[in-house]
Amino acid sequence: MDSILLIRTLASIVRGATPLIFAGIGETITEKAGVINLSLDGTILLSAMVAFAVTYTTGSVILGFIAAMLVGALMALIVAFGSITLRQDQVAIGFVLTLLGAEMSSFLGNPFVRLKGPSVPHLPIPYLADIPIIGPIFFNHNLVVYLGYALIIFSWFYIFKTQPGLKLQGIGERPEAAFARGSNVNLMRYVYTALGGALVGFAGASYSLSIKLGWSHRHTAGNGWIALAIVIFGGWHPFRVAFGAYLFGSLKSLSSIFQRVAPGIPSQFFNGAPFALMIIVLLLVSSGWLDRLLIRLPVRLRRLVHDALLGAPPGGLGRVFVKE
Amino acid sequence: MKIEALDIRKYFGPVRANDGITLTVEPGSIHGLLGENGAGKTTLMKILTGFISADGGETRLDGRPVRFASPAESIRHGIGMLHQEPLDFPPLKVLDNLLLAFEDRLIPGRQQVRRVLEELCRRFNFSIDPDARVNTLTVGERQQLEILRLLALGAEVIILDEPTTGISAPQKVLLFATLRRLAKEEGKSVIFVSHKLEEVEELCDRVTVLRQGKVTGHIEAPFRAEQLVQLMFGQSLLRSDRSRVPLGEPALELQDVTVQTYRLTVSHMSLAVRAGEVIGLAGLEGSGQRLMLRACAGLQRPSSGRVRLQGDDFTRRSYRDFLAAGVAYLPAGRIEEGLIRGLTLTEHYVLTQRGHQPLFIDWVGAAEGMQHKIAEFNIRGQSGTPVEALSGGNQQRALLSLLPPVLKVLAMEHPTRGLDIESAMWVWEQLLERRKSGTAILFISADLDELMEHSDRIIVFSGGVMASPIDAAATSIEELGYLIGGVRDNS
Ligand SMILES: Nc1ncnc2c1ncn2[C@@H]1O[C@H](COP(=O)(O)OP(=O)(O)OP(=O)(O)O)[C@@H](O)[C@H]1O
Ligand SMILES: [Mg+2]
Repeated sequence: MDSILLIRTLASIVRGATPLIFAGIGETITEKAGVINLSLDGTILLSAMVAFAVTYTTGSVILGFIAAMLVGALMALIVAFGSITLRQDQVAIGFVLTLLGAEMSSFLGNPFVRLKGPSVPHLPIPYLADIPIIGPIFFNHNLVVYLGYALIIFSWFYIFKTQPGLKLQGIGERPEAAFARGSNVNLMRYVYTALGGALVGFAGASYSLSIKLGWSHRHTAGNGWIALAIVIFGGWHPFRVAFGAYLFGSLKSLSSIFQRVAPGIPSQFFNGAPFALMIIVLLLVSSGWLDRLLIRLPVRLRRLVHDALLGAPPGGLGRVFVKE
Repeated sequence: MKIEALDIRKYFGPVRANDGITLTVEPGSIHGLLGENGAGKTTLMKILTGFISADGGETRLDGRPVRFASPAESIRHGIGMLHQEPLDFPPLKVLDNLLLAFEDRLIPGRQQVRRVLEELCRRFNFSIDPDARVNTLTVGERQQLEILRLLALGAEVIILDEPTTGISAPQKVLLFATLRRLAKEEGKSVIFVSHKLEEVEELCDRVTVLRQGKVTGHIEAPFRAEQLVQLMFGQSLLRSDRSRVPLGEPALELQDVTVQTYRLTVSHMSLAVRAGEVIGLAGLEGSGQRLMLRACAGLQRPSSGRVRLQGDDFTRRSYRDFLAAGVAYLPAGRIEEGLIRGLTLTEHYVLTQRGHQPLFIDWVGAAEGMQHKIAEFNIRGQSGTPVEALSGGNQQRALLSLLPPVLKVLAMEHPTRGLDIESAMWVWEQLLERRKSGTAILFISADLDELMEHSDRIIVFSGGVMASPIDAAATSIEELGYLIGGVRDNS
């Protein structure tokens, strides 16, 4: 493969990973607070549809994004209300919402199928885009992609370096202990669930308005589940979540390259391959395999590799906090 | 600060956890709160610190009535509590744990908090690495961190709920020195919750005894042990002498076993435990005794060597096979590993029935069976009680009651941690009774008295090295303390 093609492929991986980064980090924030929002697949479909519909009707891309974020936040609030206030099972609520979101997107989105609408304009960053290799890969995209970079860094900084971020970790890790230190656990859980949901909504909009333009039935189906897997793969850490998103993107474009190389093999095989590979990678990082691998490393490295590869879920994930 | 509790009442359904408790704690003193398992000690302390709200009664600080809606509010008034389990954030770093407690700025002043921590550590002779993750600390160190957090927040009243369970002997000495200093030199009020008489005798100026939710007495130091026991249990206790049982064939053998995890390697362990024998495993937490015990029960695969049960090679067999062969394992984390949060006692009973089971559960029979166990093991709770609502001591009783009747090997972590003396004596009676049917017992304990009293042989672990077993009859507590800590304890 010549270098121009390679750079173009890498650039498309970076761009294609953007929605997964938004959704993955959004869900990471939600889960850091101790709530599982399983509705991602449905939320992304519905918000992608709403974003396109709003933008198509009003002509404003910004309004499209705002509407999508509202949809995402609203879906998340249903999860929060059901689990925190009504104390029902988070997984069940999320699952039902997944189905509901998907069906509603098909039903309400019917008038907008395969229309051409406005999209996020291309915006190379001056100077940066001219750097050889790096420039075309990272800085020759649109604002949504750049916002993704900012989100990775900002969310990491917020979660691990600021006071509210520490409190966020606290309420998800051990709500009782956070409560003892003065956090309003359930209120904060509402806030972060809604915030995470809004980011998932943003992910939906970034599909229909930037990455996979327009709307069709089941336009983005499957990506919500991938985002959920990436959160686990990413060990609830924004950098690793981003890495997971890029990895999945790479697997996808690899499979499309192989498809060109080996046209004899049915295309379904290549379409499914990245998902299967993702499962294998997930198994590798989250099982006893890793422990066995670690034993073989020099003692000094073990701790480092362990911290880098194994992420534990927040201790209070999925557990309702009730004051006695 | 003087703290008064007046006629505190708290009911959990039919259980009167606190039934009109009145208590005054003077500043500059260490006040003991003594009581058997389920007496209502933790409940009272949680009420004083705003964790749960009382059904009746009043709390006063220096004569003024106060009412706390949350623990955060109580610490703002200067009352801080150390919980039975340290209430911290295990995966976070020490510094972050501390930052979480009291910084209200956007970007925390890490340097400043680090200085506060170092300063406090110096003052109390603690050594805590600010950058370590809390889950790598020992329970004793986590406790120290919690004390420092409360002090940093300006606590004037410090409540400790059974702080000595799970910490090492030197850590206990340090803890007691710290508490004395806080009370005597800094004028703080300390409430020390315990069911260990010796500790209360050693440390406290005054003690209040609770029994079944009521105060049975306030006593000033010096205390008479018999009197305290009488108040705690309503009767005096008789120590039964330990009977000898003839030892049988080897029930469990380790042959040059090496166990590895990424944190610790324990190598070349060889041991034969005979039927009816009791082996005590001693050592500072994390010295390898737990890995060894788990290897014995089939919960940890050895990377080399052989594990034999009754002469048969079980090295690569599954935990199920071990269970079927009559091995049982009692973990230390009762609610994490031992019991299932959210399930009732009866449901636990159903789960632990072995052998062929009908498809549909006989709930009436199960409830009866559990009721039987509840009576037999004197568990304070109903068959329909979810396990997390039991007091710590009663959870332990429940675990013991669920063990299968006939066992070849019983491996236990801290079998009487958190139990009051009466229960502990009773538990050991039950356990030692099992020797008669040929059960070999291995147990980990941090309590040297317990190790000395009940073991035939004791094995000391230190830093992943298993020493050769020593005869319990041929050693002394001092000797054992020396072997464990590497320092001779002069107290
Ligand atoms: N949340 C709860 N729901 C129901 N019952 C409870 C709850 N908390 C405590 N109890 C009951 O109240 C009684 C007192 O419990 P408490 O935890 O105060 O005992 P304790 O003196 O601390 O005992 P231990 O020494 O075993 O820790 C027990 O019978 C316990 O089962
Ligand atoms: Mg208690």
